[in-house]
Amino acid sequence: MFFRRVSLSRGISRETLIGWLFVLPALLMYAVFVLVPLLMSIQYSFFRWDGIGPMTWVGLNNYATVLEVPDLLGTIFNAFRLVVFFSFIPVSLGLVVASVIHRVATGRLGEIARTVLFLPQVIPLVAAGIIWGWLLAYPGLINQVLRAIGLGAITRAWLGDFDWALPAVGFIGIWVLLGFCTVLLWTGMTRLDSALYESARIDGAGWLAEFVNITVPLLRHEIGVCLTVTVIAALAAFDIVYVSTAGGPGNSTAVPGIQIYILAFTQQRIGLASALAVMLMVMVLVVILPLQRLSRETHYEN
Amino acid sequence: MKISRAELWSGRALLIVLMAITILPFISIFTTALHPSGTVPSGLEWPADPQWGNFVEAFNVANMTALLASSTFIVVAVVPVALLISTMAGFAIGHLHIPGSRILLFLFVFGLTLPFGGIIVPLYYLERELGIYNTRLAIVLPLIGLYMPFAVFWMRAHFVNMPSEISEAARVDGATTWELFWRIHVPLARPPITSLGILMSVWTWNQFLIALVLVEDPTQRTMAGALGAFQGHYATNIPLLCAGTILILLPTLIIFILFQRQIITALLQGSVKG
Repeated sequence: MFFRRVSLSRGISRETLIGWLFVLPALLMYAVFVLVPLLMSIQYSFFRWDGIGPMTWVGLNNYATVLEVPDLLGTIFNAFRLVVFFSFIPVSLGLVVASVIHRVATGRLGEIARTVLFLPQVIPLVAAGIIWGWLLAYPGLINQVLRAIGLGAITRAWLGDFDWALPAVGFIGIWVLLGFCTVLLWTGMTRLDSALYESARIDGAGWLAEFVNITVPLLRHEIGVCLTVTVIAALAAFDIVYVSTAGGPGNSTAVPGIQIYILAFTQQRIGLASALAVMLMVMVLVVILPLQRLSRETHYEN
Repeated sequence: MKISRAELWSGRALLIVLMAITILPFISIFTTALHPSGTVPSGLEWPADPQWGNFVEAFNVANMTALLASSTFIVVAVVPVALLISTMAGFAIGHLHIPGSRILLFLFVFGLTLPFGGIIVPLYYLERELGIYNTRLAIVLPLIGLYMPFAVFWMRAHFVNMPSEISEAARVDGATTWELFWRIHVPLARPPITSLGILMSVWTWNQFLIALVLVEDPTQRTMAGALGAFQGHYATNIPLLCAGTILILLPTLIIFILFQRQIITALLQGSVKG
């Protein structure tokens, strides 16, 4: 308030100018390396261009192509199938694991479990992709374990199988994101009033009753945050897919990020790549905005 | 507390199984890395004759010294600059209440959910125009720009909660806006600045797509970008690939074990605020 008065009395110029100068460097970097490319993406998406020769205006044709060609539209479906693995499973399993830690592992075991489970979140996604690329290969650990427990009949090269490659990539996502969700949700639980849990337990509430009646409803904000982070990770996936399957076999694990890369940098179809890029950005916004609203509202309630 | 023995033990068993699933992949690539180069061992098998030399070979073929230098250079170039300019912007938007601050905030928040893949193609052509393609600046400059939405949002959230009395007192003593910022508010903002610094360091070190597209020479890339190139060359030599992956992971793992509490806290706060 004070500064409003100061700036008014001295006239707009000096205070305001200094304030804007403080914002200028950040705004400049953001504008040049994010906003300008964003506008360029939109511009490219209306042209046919090989990256070198002249650009030809094609209107909305690139968007129509994305919607018509099954391999391109399929990448969007694949992205949503990944949401199941990257988002729904880690968040729901994370809720269970967090409440288990909260109930039965309040001491050293819980601390170790949180650190260990968080570990995959810190390593580069590329490393996770490479590690699991080997584990899921035919001679890898997964098949070794399956044979050891008598399931030798279902062994296969998981990432090379048309039906199993996408769930296998999804499993890598679960491995990376479960710990993050667990620790975030556990932190939320520790902030809840412990008297709630105490009285529930004195009443003899079992794990399920406590979980359904206390944990899930009161953690809506944290659940919203987990969903937001993991849904973005799924829709915008690139690193894990690129190193583990590169979109294959066929197009069975191709997601928009991979397809944009292939269209632009190996097929030189810049306009088409840009149309898909614009659709990806819009898709993320459309999915995330309602989630944000959900978690905001509950945040104020709390 | 009424927790049954059955629940106690089944809960603990679940945690131990999940920890095993998290750890086993690391153990598997470790034992695989010790097998003779070029062979295809099975997933979890201690070799008859451990080839510790694989790590030396991977260190040399991956050019680890150059990689470490390159990644460190990129982190050191990105993080301090990004911290300074985002703190300044967050201060002006959140605390100075400059005219237009709501629009500026909206503009930055708009970029929060933007996938890197959405702008990578024009970034490539833009950088060719600017003449920075295939240099380390090609990674450094876009990363600073891409971090701004989150960083400004994060710092603004801190400054908006700072009581204005602090600034009023300093103003009465005749402090300029810069002195007010640098001498009074930056020291007070150390916790959020530290967390933001940790976050941006981890993100930069692990950044893959930008490095892959904008820099051809792996030794000029980030650690993750170099790992991608290493995989391209040694995809068929599994023991060597595993040895290289472990070497590239090692710095991250050491840093995580040393600073686990700060890193976990920073990553969690980062997502809750974002």
